[in-house]
Amino acid sequence: MAKSDDPARKSTRRSFLKAGLGGGAALAAAGVSGGARAAGDPLITEVQDWNRYSGDGVDSRPYGRPSDFESQVVRRNVAWLTADPISSVNFTPLHELDGIITPNGLCFERHHSGIAEIAPQDHRIMVHGLVDTPLVFTMADLMRFPRENRIYFLECAANSGMEWRGAQLNGCQFTHGMLHCVMYTGVRLRHLLEEAGLKANGTWLLAEGADASGMARSIPMEKALDDCLVAFRQNGEALRPEQGYPVRLVVPGWEGNMWVKWLRRLEVGDQPWELREETSKYTDLMANGKARRHTFAMDVKSVITSPSPQAPLMHERGRTVVTGLAWSGHGTIERVDVTIDGGRNWHTARLDGPSLPMALHRFYFDFDWDGSELFLQSRAIDERGLVQPTKDALRAVRGENSIYHNNGIQTWHVGKDGTVENVEIS
Amino acid sequence: RAGAVFGLGRAATADEIAAWNIDVRPDGEGLPEGRGTVMQGEGIYTERCAACHGDFGEGIGRWPVLAGGHDTLKADRPEKTIGSYWPYLSTVYDYVNRAMPFGDARGLESDELYALTAYLLFLNDVVTDEDFELSKENFATVKLPNEANFFEDDRLSEPHYADRTHPCMTDCRPGLPTITMHAAVLDVTPESEEGNGGID
Repeated sequence: MAKSDDPARKSTRRSFLKAGLGGGAALAAAGVSGGARAAGDPLITEVQDWNRYSGDGVDSRPYGRPSDFESQVVRRNVAWLTADPISSVNFTPLHELDGIITPNGLCFERHHSGIAEIAPQDHRIMVHGLVDTPLVFTMADLMRFPRENRIYFLECAANSGMEWRGAQLNGCQFTHGMLHCVMYTGVRLRHLLEEAGLKANGTWLLAEGADASGMARSIPMEKALDDCLVAFRQNGEALRPEQGYPVRLVVPGWEGNMWVKWLRRLEVGDQPWELREETSKYTDLMANGKARRHTFAMDVKSVITSPSPQAPLMHERGRTVVTGLAWSGHGTIERVDVTIDGGRNWHTARLDGPSLPMALHRFYFDFDWDGSELFLQSRAIDERGLVQPTKDALRAVRGENSIYHNNGIQTWHVGKDGTVENVEIS
Repeated sequence: RAGAVFGLGRAATADEIAAWNIDVRPDGEGLPEGRGTVMQGEGIYTERCAACHGDFGEGIGRWPVLAGGHDTLKADRPEKTIGSYWPYLSTVYDYVNRAMPFGDARGLESDELYALTAYLLFLNDVVTDEDFELSKENFATVKLPNEANFFEDDRLSEPHYADRTHPCMTDCRPGLPTITMHAAVLDVTPESEEGNGGID
């Protein structure tokens, strides 16, 4: 009993919510009227299986997995977004997570020709173009450069892109889940470039992957020499195959498409290449028919992850924790404000945990819910003083067809019954 | 060498660089020798491409549309194709070479790539002569219609970013909030057949 085959565990969160509220009320009533009672919660008064029988030994889980009771905490796909699942995207379950580090197995995936499976001994990295000596590195070579550890968010340029025309997908996993944040271990990209000897006219860098999409982007040399990493570990272990094993590019604060996975080639040039992923894709169409290109940075943004449509309020009125994430490609987050009345009044939230540039920041707003409906929003301000705009402010300038770079303020409507919906309000 | 402080790696050979250095720039740098006509391209396209992209580049199902969409970039539902949106022909050659056909990439010869690129120009009415031959020599003379309509990132000049004053905290808007759009009404999360505009 009480394992994952329990029918109650398979019911929807909505019915679970109803059951939880009812049960809680009944217990509370009994507690008030009962005084000293012989009866009580059978989970306390009866000996439970886990308290009586031995569990699995240490050799049963050589690489551990989450509890079976967390089976809903998974990446999810939205099938209609793309033509097929090979060149597609899935979503990090932000509503189930806390802190700022994304577990490796939950980091959203975005591939353009599926997951390349490459044995590390077969992988090569080439540096050529406007360099003194074109070079080839093996993974063993790469591991001998000085290493660094850095925590950065990676956000897909299309995160929230489905929401440009209005509220569409009901859950922050789907509206904001093309996002993860891990600690990368790797070497400075500039070490590889300088090892080959950069020529003075080398102002752009082409980074290309080894997968069947030949993913490639042009990166200004100034950025390449500043803070980019060639990373081979995430959160302490090797990159996951779906994150570019054995090696990927890390481009702090910039759109995820540029973080080339299965990185195999670095070409130095004197102008951008204008390949498919920086012309047809990852350019931002404006209302006047013209399009921005080279929109590299991910701007200041935040979202309340709980409560949210997939994480309704499951308790009655009283103490309530609102929590979420804020981030900016321009540095650290200075402040996050939260409103419960749709922007009429704002309260400065509490940031907790590390505050690192171009990393996720965790915020909390603790308050007493009076049981009335709520219109929740969060508004981030970064260290440069950039304020997260409303969706209406973005649309006023850009129209509705940019696809990429939607960092507008998200609204969740919380009903009196605790259910939460993605809405737009005026 | 100025930066060679670690002594790691080895020199790349000319053949190794040639094998991987496939990129083509707008100015034509990177193009290999070769040539192909619209008519030759039609045959290759019909055999290798049309099952997904359609006989006329119109796209089958949700597969990408390659042709048409002229004068739709200001429309409510823009159709961004090679002819209506892409700025450079070099991108067509480069991308077909590096990534197409989807699931079986890197198998086309340079003459086939020139021919396919020529046929895509024909489907997009950029060239109208079925005997048109595209080659390394004339490649850079072909311009796509939308080249002039791209501009550099200027987001931080938008009014909401230019204003660095701290925003309102109290009594910022009058009245009560009114819901103008419900995601639950649309009901496309997450396993429905279609939604209100995807991302590809």
